[in-house]
Amino acid sequence: MSSYAQIFLTFAKIGSFTIGGGFAMVQMMEREVVEKKHWLDHEEFMDTLVVAQSTPGLFAIDMASHIGMKLKGVTGGIVGAIATALPSIVTILLIAIFFQTFKDNLYVEKVFMGVRPCVVALILAPCFNMAKKAKLNKFNFWIPIVAAILIAAFGVSPIWCILAAGIGGFIWGELKN
Amino acid sequence: MIFLELFYVFSKIGIFNFGGGYAMLSLIQDEVVNKHHWMSINEFTDIVAISQSTPGPIGINCATYTGYTAVIHAGYPTWAAVLGAILASLSVIWLPFILMVSISKFLIKHHDSKTVTSVFSTLRPAIVGLIGAAAIMLMSKENFGDPSESPFVFVVSITIFLLAFVGTRLYKVHPIIMILLCGLAGLLIY
Repeated sequence: MSSYAQIFLTFAKIGSFTIGGGFAMVQMMEREVVEKKHWLDHEEFMDTLVVAQSTPGLFAIDMASHIGMKLKGVTGGIVGAIATALPSIVTILLIAIFFQTFKDNLYVEKVFMGVRPCVVALILAPCFNMAKKAKLNKFNFWIPIVAAILIAAFGVSPIWCILAAGIGGFIWGELKN
Repeated sequence: MIFLELFYVFSKIGIFNFGGGYAMLSLIQDEVVNKHHWMSINEFTDIVAISQSTPGPIGINCATYTGYTAVIHAGYPTWAAVLGAILASLSVIWLPFILMVSISKFLIKHHDSKTVTSVFSTLRPAIVGLIGAAAIMLMSKENFGDPSESPFVFVVSITIFLLAFVGTRLYKVHPIIMILLCGLAGLLIY
């Protein structure tokens, strides 16, 4: 069975060894938690995915919280969430403190001048995969376009777009039924 | 008080974050760069690059780093910035955690109910827009160079952008490899 220490170590490992965020972590989580440790069966793991997808918050953290909670209650959930976030926090802090002294260095600036346009491309690329997953069609393709224009051109807070989309979908669903 | 502001801003970002780390970038940028002016758009872009190339969820990496930088810029010493970084990261987590603890059983039972399905039928497309907006907002003079003042930087930036986009979309080059290659290109070209 699972102890707090095991929960902590498992999720700290997942947090330490997955680069690229959310979905890369899901695969490793399934391998660790379902296949190796048998803490959950496949169906319970899919439930966890559902919960993480339909609640706000970061995917990997949501999943770790939910799995931890299934094993050891609320405290288990907290241990899972903190363990997943901790490697990130420590790594980034070390980099931030180190980088503080180098950021005005000429060569560092040159490197980042090359990296900045790349970052924009790296954000834009998954946007197209997300569009496929969101099932965009001729009836709803305007939603992302309007949201992007409101945020980027008119400075509307993304929070309003999230609220409007959620409430709009709710009202539309009620009207349809 | 920077710490209270960090707590408030990142709690808000956490609870309105649907759709993962990339969708969260537009929320962070809106609050941290546009509204609170805690850092420049260049610094934010660099932080995103570092967040993409280090282990862990991009959203947490980005929250830790922006928390740290905001406190440093407010004139506090390093130890206070470390506290600010931890505070920002935990602020992102706590509200979604409480929500999840309270409604996870309900969600597992009702996730394919008509109401949940219709809410997400419009929320998911909007999230695509959020990610698109994050990219568009970063296409700035600061990140790409001013076409009239520094045309060389601008042309190089556009070329890097197009190559990186094609490389990631069509050839599935890993983001870290892409960041390293573009950093190397910057070092050699400029």
